[in-house]
Amino acid sequence: MSSATTPPDSDPSQRRRVHSMLKHYYGLNEEGKVTEQAESLDPCDINGPHFDPEVYLNKLRMECSLGELMDHESCMVKQIRSLDSDMQTLVYENYNKFISATDTIRKMKNDFKKMEDEMDCLSANMAAITEFSAHISGTLQDQHAQITKLSGVHTLLRKLQFLFELPARLNKCLELQAYAQAVSAHRRARCVLQQYSHMPSFRGIQDDCHVIMEQLAQQLRQKFRDGGSSAKDLSECVELLLQLDEPAEELCDKFLSHAHSSTTNPFLSPTAGTDILEFIDRGCNEFVSSLCLVIASYQELFINRPQEGELASKNIPEMANGKLHVFVDTLAARYFSLVERRIQEEKGVSDNSLLVRALDRFHRRLQAISKLLPGSAVPSQGTEIVVRAARERIKQYLSALQTFYHDSLTDVRQALAAPRHKDATPSLPELLTSLSNFILNQLKSVLASVHLFTAKDITFSNKPYFKGEFCSQGVREGLVVSFIKFICQSSRQYCESAGDRGGSTPPALLLLLSRLCLDYETSTISYILTLTDEQFLVQHHTPVTPVTALCAEAREAAQKLLNHYVKVQGLIISQMLRKSVETRDWVNTIEPRNVRAVMKRVVEDTTSIDVQVGLLYEEGVRKAHSSDSSKRTFSVYSSSRQQIRYAPSYTPSAPMDTNLLSNIHKLFSERIDIFSPVEFNKVSVLTGIIKISLKTFLECVRLRTFGRYGLQQIQVDCHYLQMYLWRFVSDENLVHFLLDEIVGSAAHRCLDPSPMEQSVIEVICERG
Amino acid sequence: MKMEDDAPVIYGLEFQARALTAQTAETDAIRFLVGTQSLKFDNQIHIIDFDDENNMINKSVLLHDAGEIWHISGSPADKAVLTTCYSKTSESRVLTCAAVWRMPPEWESGNHESPDDSSNNPQTLELLCHLDNTAHGSVACVLWEPMGDGKRLISLAENHVLLWDLQESSTKAKISSTATLEGKGQLKFTTGKWSPHHNSTQLATANDTAIRGWDLRSMSQIYCIENAHGQLVRDLDFNPNKQYYLASCGDDCKVKFWDVRHINEPVKCLEEHSHWVWSVRYNHSHDQLLLTGSSDSRVILSNMVSISSEPFGHLVDDDDLSDNEESQQEDKGKEPLQDSIIATYEEHEDSVYAVEWSVADPWLFASLSYDGRLVINRVPRALKYRILL
Repeated sequence: MSSATTPPDSDPSQRRRVHSMLKHYYGLNEEGKVTEQAESLDPCDINGPHFDPEVYLNKLRMECSLGELMDHESCMVKQIRSLDSDMQTLVYENYNKFISATDTIRKMKNDFKKMEDEMDCLSANMAAITEFSAHISGTLQDQHAQITKLSGVHTLLRKLQFLFELPARLNKCLELQAYAQAVSAHRRARCVLQQYSHMPSFRGIQDDCHVIMEQLAQQLRQKFRDGGSSAKDLSECVELLLQLDEPAEELCDKFLSHAHSSTTNPFLSPTAGTDILEFIDRGCNEFVSSLCLVIASYQELFINRPQEGELASKNIPEMANGKLHVFVDTLAARYFSLVERRIQEEKGVSDNSLLVRALDRFHRRLQAISKLLPGSAVPSQGTEIVVRAARERIKQYLSALQTFYHDSLTDVRQALAAPRHKDATPSLPELLTSLSNFILNQLKSVLASVHLFTAKDITFSNKPYFKGEFCSQGVREGLVVSFIKFICQSSRQYCESAGDRGGSTPPALLLLLSRLCLDYETSTISYILTLTDEQFLVQHHTPVTPVTALCAEAREAAQKLLNHYVKVQGLIISQMLRKSVETRDWVNTIEPRNVRAVMKRVVEDTTSIDVQVGLLYEEGVRKAHSSDSSKRTFSVYSSSRQQIRYAPSYTPSAPMDTNLLSNIHKLFSERIDIFSPVEFNKVSVLTGIIKISLKTFLECVRLRTFGRYGLQQIQVDCHYLQMYLWRFVSDENLVHFLLDEIVGSAAHRCLDPSPMEQSVIEVICERG
Repeated sequence: MKMEDDAPVIYGLEFQARALTAQTAETDAIRFLVGTQSLKFDNQIHIIDFDDENNMINKSVLLHDAGEIWHISGSPADKAVLTTCYSKTSESRVLTCAAVWRMPPEWESGNHESPDDSSNNPQTLELLCHLDNTAHGSVACVLWEPMGDGKRLISLAENHVLLWDLQESSTKAKISSTATLEGKGQLKFTTGKWSPHHNSTQLATANDTAIRGWDLRSMSQIYCIENAHGQLVRDLDFNPNKQYYLASCGDDCKVKFWDVRHINEPVKCLEEHSHWVWSVRYNHSHDQLLLTGSSDSRVILSNMVSISSEPFGHLVDDDDLSDNEESQQEDKGKEPLQDSIIATYEEHEDSVYAVEWSVADPWLFASLSYDGRLVINRVPRALKYRILL
C-alpha cells in the first residue's frame, strides 16, 4: 500500500536516496542528518525518517479521488518493486566482494608468517658479519702505515732517478736541439741541486749539468748571434737565455748590435742616380721598417714580456728601454745624416712635388717609430729635417727666382739689342708686359710649388712650423718679400754699376725696369702679397714687412732708375754736343749756311727718346705754350735780354756790364737743378734730358773762344734747338733760358761779336 | 761769445772770372787773388783782402793785359810773385800761355787811399818771365812746388808735363825735365796737383776720366786710375795730412776719395752736387773739411771725418788744453762726428768754377762763380769749436 501512495520520484533523487541509505547503513550519515532533520518534520514525506504511514494514508484518502488513489497505488507498487530489485543486486554484489576479501586475508596471513622467519634469519647473519669485519680491521692496522711509507720512498726514488738521469737527458736534449725541454728540466732540478750541493754525488750532477747547460747556452748564444733564425726562434732563444741567468744587458747589446748590422747594411749605400722619392722609399722600406721590426721584436723580447720569478727583480725593461733608445738614436742619426745629405743634393727646383712627397713619406714613416717608441726624439728630429729641407727649399726657390729674373732681363736685353726691324722686335710695352707676366707667373708657380708643403694631405703640414713660421717668415718674408726686395736692389745696382763710364745697360732697359718697379709699387706688390697671404693663410705672429715699406722701396728703385735713365740719355746727347763744341775751331770757322748735323742728331735723338718714354710713361703736365712757341723770336744776348719782363730797377753795386741783365734775369728766375729727380711722366723725363744736354752745351761754350762766324753758328744751332725742343719740356721758358744763356755766353766769348740777323737764322733753320 | 755765424761777404767783379787762388805765401792777411776773363777789355787781377774784424773786403786791382786769365797761382815763397795762365789770340789762333809775374810793390798803399780809382788807373803786373810753351801747346795750369822756395814750377801743356827752374830772381825759366803722356787720340791734361808729401817728388794729373801719378825724379808714371770718374775729371787735391789720400771731382757730379795705393776702388764717394763739380779743396789744417764748387751754382762744405787724419776727433795734445779743460771734458762724452754735409752755400747764381781756403785763417774760404761773384764764407762756429775743443 505504501508503495501505492509513495509519490513518484525523479531518477537522481531516487539514486541519492539509495546512497544515503547505504551511508546510513555504514554509519556515514553526518551530512544526511542535516537534510533529514529539515525534512523530518513532515510525516507525510515517504522518504523522511518521521514518515507515518497512517498520516500519509489518511491524507491521501482525504485529498485524493479514487482514480488518483488508484494511480498512486500503482505508482507505489512500481517503486516498491524497483527498490526490491535494487536491494537484491546490492546484496549479491557485496556478498561476492566479501567472499574475495576473506580469501585475500587468509592468504596474507600465510605469507606474513613466512616473512617473519626470514627476517629473523637475516638479523642473525648481520650480527655475524659485523663481528667479522671488526676482527679484520683490527688485524690490518699495522700494514697500512707501512705501505704509506713505502709509497713515499718510491716518489723520492723517482725524483732521485730524475736527477741522476738529468745529465744524460740534457745531453740528449742538446743533441735533439730541444732546448726548451732541457732548460725546463734543468730549471726543475736546479733548486734541489743547489740545496744539496754539499753532497758529493749531487755536486757531481750539478757540475755535469752546469757543463751541459753551459754548452747549451753557448749553442743558444751562437744561434742568437747567427741571427738567421726567425723572430720567433730568436725570441725563444732570448727567453731561454734569460732563464739561464744570462745577463739581460749583454743580450740586449747583442741583439741590438745584430739588429744594427742587419738594418743598416743594405741601406748605407747612397746611390746618386735615384731620385729623392725613390731614395726615401728605399730608406723607409729598408731602414725604417726594419728598425720598426727591430723595435717591436726587441720590445717583445725584453720589455713587454711577463715578468716571472727572479727575473722580475732585475728591472730589465727599464735597462732595455734605455738601450733601445740609444740604439734607435744612433741609427736614426746616421739615417738622418744620409737623408739630409741626399736632400741637400736636391737642388733642381723643377718639381717640388717629388720632394714634398718624399719628405711626407719620410715624416709619415717616422711616426711609426713614435708610436712604437713613445719617448723617442727621432720623430721630432725627423720633423726638424723636414723643416730644414723646407727652409732650404725656400732659399733655393728664391735663388731660382733671382736667376730667372736675371735670365728674363738678359732676354729683354737681347730683344732690345736686336736690330730694330720694326715688325720683328717686340715693342717696349710688349716687353714690359711679357717680362712682368713672366715674373708673376714664375712667382705664382713657385708659390704653388711651395704651397705643397702645407697641403692638407701632407702629414707634416699641421706641425706648428708649417702653420706659422713657414708661411710668414719662410714664404712671405723669405721668398716673396725677399724677391721683391731683390728686384728693387738689382734695379738699383743697374744704376750704380752703370754709374761709371755710361755702363753697359741699355737705356731702354733702365726705362723698362723703372716702369716695372713703378708698376710693382702701384699694384703688383700688394697683389702678390695678398695672393701669398690668402694662399698660405699667413698669421703674422712675428712682425712682417708691411706692403707700404716694400712699395716705398719699389718706388725708390723706380725713381732711381728713371733718374739714371735721364742721366744716361742726357749724357749721350751731352757727349755729342761736347764733342761738337770741343773739336771745332770756333775762331776760324766759315759763315754758317746750315744747322750743324749734330744739332739735327740731337733733335732726332730727343724725338726718339720721347717716343721711347711715351711708350711706357704718361704724358704728364706741361705749362701752357705761348701761341707760337717755335716761332718765338730768339735773338742774341743784350737785345733779347731787354725784352724780358723784369724792368731793371736795380741799383748795381758792381760796375755795369753786359751780363748785368743776365744776372738780373737769374736773380728772378728759379734755380735750375740740372741732375734733379724727375717725375714719373714723359714730359718730366724729357725736361731732365734736355736740361742736362743744354747745360753741357753751355759749359762747353764757356770754355771756348769764338770768332764772328762761330757765334753765328751757335745762334743758328740754338735757334734750331729752340724750334724743336720746346715741345718736349714742361716749361718752354726753361729751354729759352738755357739757349739764351748759351748764345749769351758765346757772345761773351766772341772776339768779334756781330750777331746774325734773326730773319737769316730763321731761313737757315727752316731750310733744315 | 757770439754763436750765430757771420753772414757771407759777397764781392762782385765786373768781369767774368774763373781763376781764384789764395795768396800762398801770405800767412797774416786773409787774401785771395782773382783773375778775370774778358775778351773785350783789359783783364785784371783782383787782390781781395778780407778784414775779419770788421767783416769787410778791401780790394786792389792790378792790370793783366796779356789776356784773359784761366788759371792763377801764387808763389809759396814770395807773396808778390804769381803765375797766370792766359789766352793769347794771335792770327786767329787762340793759345793759352803761362807767365810768372811780380806784383808792383806799391799796390797796397796806392789802393787803400783811392779805391774808386782803382779801375780807372790800375797798376800793372811786372812780367818776370814767360814759361815758353810754343812747342808744347796750350797750358792748362801752372803748379808751384808746395812749401818750396819758389824756384820750381810745373806747367801742364796739352799732354806734356814741364818742370821748370826759375833762375836769376825768377826772371828766367828753364825747363829742367819733361814728361809726355802718350796714348791713343789727342790726350790733354785738364788739371794737376803737386803732392806736398814725399818730399815734393810726386805729381798727380788728370786727363779725361783718368788720374795719373808721376814721379818727378824719373818723370815717369807711377800709377793710373783709369775711369776715376764717369766723365771728365775737373779737379784734384791732396790730403795735406795723409800722404796717400787724394780727392777728385768731375763731370759725373761726384767727389771721390782715393788711396793711391789701392786704386781699384775709391775709398769714398760723395754725390751731392746736381751738376759738374769743378773744384775740390781740402782744408789745409783740418783735412776732414772739404770744399767743393759746382756748376749747379752751389758750394758744399763736407765733413769727412771717417777718412780724415783725425778720425776720432782732435787729439788731446792741444795747446789750449788748460784753457778749455771744462769743454774738453764735455767733448769726451760726445758722439764721434759722422761724415756729413756741413753746409750748402747758395749765394752764387752762376756756375762756381773755383773754391779756395784761406791760407791765413783755416776757417775761412772763398768761392768764385763765372758771373764774377766772389763769396767769402766761414766754417760754422759750432763745428769749428767741436773740431778745436
